[in-house]
Amino acid sequence: MTDKRRIYMDHAAGRPVDPRVVEAMLPYMQKAYGNPSSLHTYGQEARKALEETRAKIADLTNAEKKETILFTSGATESNNLAIKGTVNRYKDRGNRILTSSVEHMSVVNSCKYLTTKGFEVVFLPVDQYGFVNLEALEKELTDKTVLVTIVYANGEIGTIEPIKEIGRIVHGKNAFLHVDATAACGQIPIDVKDKGIDLLTISSNDMYGPRGVGALYVKEGIRIEPQLHGGGQERGLRSGTENVAGIVGFAKAAEIAKSEMKAEGERLTKLRNHFIEGLTKPIPYAFVNGHPTNRLPDNVSVRYSFIEGESMLLSLDLEGVSVSSGSACAAKTLEPSHVLLALGLKHEDAHGSLMFTLGRQNTVEDVDYVIGLMPGIVKRLRAMSPLTPKELNS
Amino acid sequence: MYTQKVMEHFKNPHNMGEIPDADGVGTVGNPVCGDLMTIYIKVKDNRLADIKFKTYGCGSAIATSSMITDLAMGKTLEEAMKITRGNVADALEGLPPVKMHCSNLAADALHAAIEDYYKKQKAKEEAKQ
Repeated sequence: MTDKRRIYMDHAAGRPVDPRVVEAMLPYMQKAYGNPSSLHTYGQEARKALEETRAKIADLTNAEKKETILFTSGATESNNLAIKGTVNRYKDRGNRILTSSVEHMSVVNSCKYLTTKGFEVVFLPVDQYGFVNLEALEKELTDKTVLVTIVYANGEIGTIEPIKEIGRIVHGKNAFLHVDATAACGQIPIDVKDKGIDLLTISSNDMYGPRGVGALYVKEGIRIEPQLHGGGQERGLRSGTENVAGIVGFAKAAEIAKSEMKAEGERLTKLRNHFIEGLTKPIPYAFVNGHPTNRLPDNVSVRYSFIEGESMLLSLDLEGVSVSSGSACAAKTLEPSHVLLALGLKHEDAHGSLMFTLGRQNTVEDVDYVIGLMPGIVKRLRAMSPLTPKELNS
Repeated sequence: MYTQKVMEHFKNPHNMGEIPDADGVGTVGNPVCGDLMTIYIKVKDNRLADIKFKTYGCGSAIATSSMITDLAMGKTLEEAMKITRGNVADALEGLPPVKMHCSNLAADALHAAIEDYYKKQKAKEEAKQ
């Protein structure tokens, strides 16, 4: 590592683990390392910790009781378990699944997989900001619909969906509502009862807990089919010895997120608004992706015409700033992000996107430093691009 | 992910710009795919006397554009036509596999510029006759 200034603004991709979380985890790796299924003292220490942490996760989401929380290996597993587990269990009710066109790949690909198993999937359209079209939801919600799965807030563009309204519509029929709150949980208050959520995915690292841990809330009375079969842990719904240290860390992270959410949310919202303005106002042909205000406090997604995202990402990285791009080139596929395309952006506009996700350690100085860098980077790349109109380069 | 060499060319690309009175111009790629490259050439005594590029695209698209101008400068047209995508990637000490096809278009753009030059020459000769 050099002394060069390094600024991390890619928190949606991964977050540092809070030192208080690390401290809470250590005893469960070194001292209370028993298997929670064992009857002896070591096992029972681990069991006790596990049940206490379950209560903390339930508390963060206002779940009715701690038994509604199942621990998993992360958001991808929670989404897979929620979607496949529900539709397989209730397939006698119908074979139709509704989702949106701005979901995480773990939802998209779980749904696509199910189309090979006799299920019918509808990807509901969104508007230019990424809000799910509620009229389309009402229209597509037939008696054969078993599950509706919608993201609480999209991690790429930050748009917060009208979950309560969606819940009301979904429960007008005999369908279940699964919500992927991976990006939202820990940043904004989530109340499963108030919003009418039947199943909820949350992730530990997205709230500064360790990676490889997540949870799925399953409302009391709803049964799901397990994906992992084995020793019958997690009420038989998710076999495998519990990752006690990870889960303890997750719960500590949830506890911290809950107590600091209001202050941190307000701080980040101010920082975000200042950042969006600073990245778009001084530069021609610069736009914000998603809704200007109804978005997650940490999310700043912008796009610049005539240039490509990865070259901006690399330019920022050379200055010590780590971000994500919405372009094809930085990802494993060659297509731009399906989320940006769903907003109605043209391919070449989607390719010109940059995504900054702020975190606890980011300051206004960091944000101003990046705002200062951006005009030069955009200018240099536009001078290189054959797409740039002549007047912009003069 | 990228080699030192790719990053050097990305940071300080060689021969970036346009040649207003170019003898040949070649454009390949598509903004829809995220890469678009234009190569401009000046030809003197059957050799590439000057080459410039303009590129819209990712880091490797910019680095390959810069590298092709280095590889082709001063070469005869026949020699330049023999430069392959593989030569460009090798000169950059390798490209990530996913970039080998999508962004490694510089050789194609150069060949297109030379073909454009030949076409224009042919048109000129026909006009003379």
